[in-house]
Amino acid sequence: MTASFSAIESAALRSDRFRLERESDWQRLEAIVTRMEKGRLRRISDEDLLALPGLYRTVASSLSIARETSLDAATLAYLESLVQRAWFVVYGPRTSLWEWFRGFLGGGWSAAVRAIWFDILIALAVMVAGTVVGWLLVANDPEWFYALVPGGMSGERVPGATAEALRSTIFGNSGQNGMSVFAAQLFSNNAQVSILAFALGFALGVPSLLLLVHNMASLGAMLWLFHGAGLATDFAGWLAVHGTTELFAILLAGAAGLHIGRSLAFPGQKPVLQSTAEAGRRAALVMTGVVLMLIVAALLEGFARQLVDQTPGRFAIGGFMLAAWLAYFFAFRGNQGRSGRDHAG
Amino acid sequence: MSALPNRLRRSSRERILVTPEGIAVPVTVASRGARAGALMLDLTFIVLLIVGTTLALLYIAGGTAGMLREVDSKSAAGHALQFLVILWIVIMFLFRNAYFLFFELGPRGATPGKRLAGIRIAARDGGRLTAEMVIARNLLRDIELFLPIVFIASAGADSGAAWLAATGWFLIFMLFPMFNRDGLRAGDIIAGSWVLERPRQKLEAAMSVANLAQRPAYTFDEAELSVYGEYELQALERVLRDKRPDSIESVYQTIAAKIGRSDGWNDERAFLEDYYTQLRARLEAGMRMGRRKADKFSGDRR
Repeated sequence: MTASFSAIESAALRSDRFRLERESDWQRLEAIVTRMEKGRLRRISDEDLLALPGLYRTVASSLSIARETSLDAATLAYLESLVQRAWFVVYGPRTSLWEWFRGFLGGGWSAAVRAIWFDILIALAVMVAGTVVGWLLVANDPEWFYALVPGGMSGERVPGATAEALRSTIFGNSGQNGMSVFAAQLFSNNAQVSILAFALGFALGVPSLLLLVHNMASLGAMLWLFHGAGLATDFAGWLAVHGTTELFAILLAGAAGLHIGRSLAFPGQKPVLQSTAEAGRRAALVMTGVVLMLIVAALLEGFARQLVDQTPGRFAIGGFMLAAWLAYFFAFRGNQGRSGRDHAG
Repeated sequence: MSALPNRLRRSSRERILVTPEGIAVPVTVASRGARAGALMLDLTFIVLLIVGTTLALLYIAGGTAGMLREVDSKSAAGHALQFLVILWIVIMFLFRNAYFLFFELGPRGATPGKRLAGIRIAARDGGRLTAEMVIARNLLRDIELFLPIVFIASAGADSGAAWLAATGWFLIFMLFPMFNRDGLRAGDIIAGSWVLERPRQKLEAAMSVANLAQRPAYTFDEAELSVYGEYELQALERVLRDKRPDSIESVYQTIAAKIGRSDGWNDERAFLEDYYTQLRARLEAGMRMGRRKADKFSGDRR
């Protein structure tokens, strides 16, 4: 009895000695984590910030050891929750949004666009097809125009309008007021539509494509209308100023939606949840860029188009923008190694 | 993987998450009720913010009527009002799209509503929660929430089919978390994220340290200690920490009867604390030798 008691006593000490030896580290980590959870990043000393990863690993290894040697449920529960909280902090969202944004512009965005090139090709084909379909439908039966172009949007631009009336809609608006408000509305509206095109990708991508077809069909109908008045080139110029940017953005949004839909329907070798999550993150990068592009498009549409009142100048702006985007996406490689590491991390 | 025996699991929402260091951490998936509550709170905040900024901007603009009259003129006042209108459009866009984004990208990984509900988002694979994930999960909110609500509102109940379709759409996405184990909504699937309960656990005093100072009043021999396993040990620990006299009394009765001792009468707590310490010492010694005893029904496992 005495022999077994002394054995018991020394053994009982061991798991508690383990705890008492390490408690101060645990509590220091808990204090840091608590402060970070409260969002008081500035009140944490550099010393503590530097110690955080090390402390996290120490406590994680304490947990592994405690699981194998200790039956103190309270300590185990405490360690589990502390490791979890520290994990949230250590692997939490990047603290500097600015740094993320720099990585995004400096290669992350263009890499994501290149990664969904196949979906971009499909979306492009669908958009071209939509334009052609719109044109053909209206060419066969002008009544289709009213179905394809919403009444509020067309204004004077309806079948049977004189060439003069049509011309007045694309030229001579430079004195117009409220342009900046117009630009802001355009942006808000277009951004919402492109977010919709992206989000609908969740339904296997089909609605994204339908949305593209619908939008482009009304463009095709418009194109037919101006072509009939001999103004096709001028209309194209009017459209090109912001259209190269805006349509490109809508193309990317549709492609991003399609990318998600495709990864849901055809996950390939990976589990469907993993494949979808990877596609979703790539598409999210593309979509952040789409919103930026739409801001640029709205500025071009609201200001540049009204200020440049002749077709060659408009083509020059539109063409330059298109070339700039293409070069940025497909020729610019940037520091994609860094963004790749972020994905892995 | 978890140290807790299965029967001690707190709920069916508990999952094991493996961190990049290879540590298995038990996490609890947030309940659907907490998430719905958090969403309601956030929507309330957004509506309040929208109403607040709109009122503030209107106040600055000097009333709607004045604004409508002035906005087309070329005067300086007109330009100022135009600027306010732009500001309003941009702010509305941001409230709709960036509210969740902004808060979930912070170190807390939770919107104010989520914080109040005690939940937060995390990466499902145990890795870093990236900005892309947060963006992806919140872009989908548009078709899950805002768009169908706008449709329902604009269609109105009298337009039959359209209203039904919009409501059906809304319900599909709202009920989506009901149909998978981890309560993922569509945005979580796209992003590879999930919503977890925020852990809170204070370090409690070590049970056995206090009574190691003095020699235990009660000692138990091998036969008396070998009747119970880890499950009973942790149940006993809970009883001792709860400090409820009636449960201590009844547990004492049970244990004393089982091991055939009655010398702890009127000193139940000290008796149980000594029994706890010695049982834990025995079981932990067994653990180090690779022998574990899960509960009173199992023999020593090798």
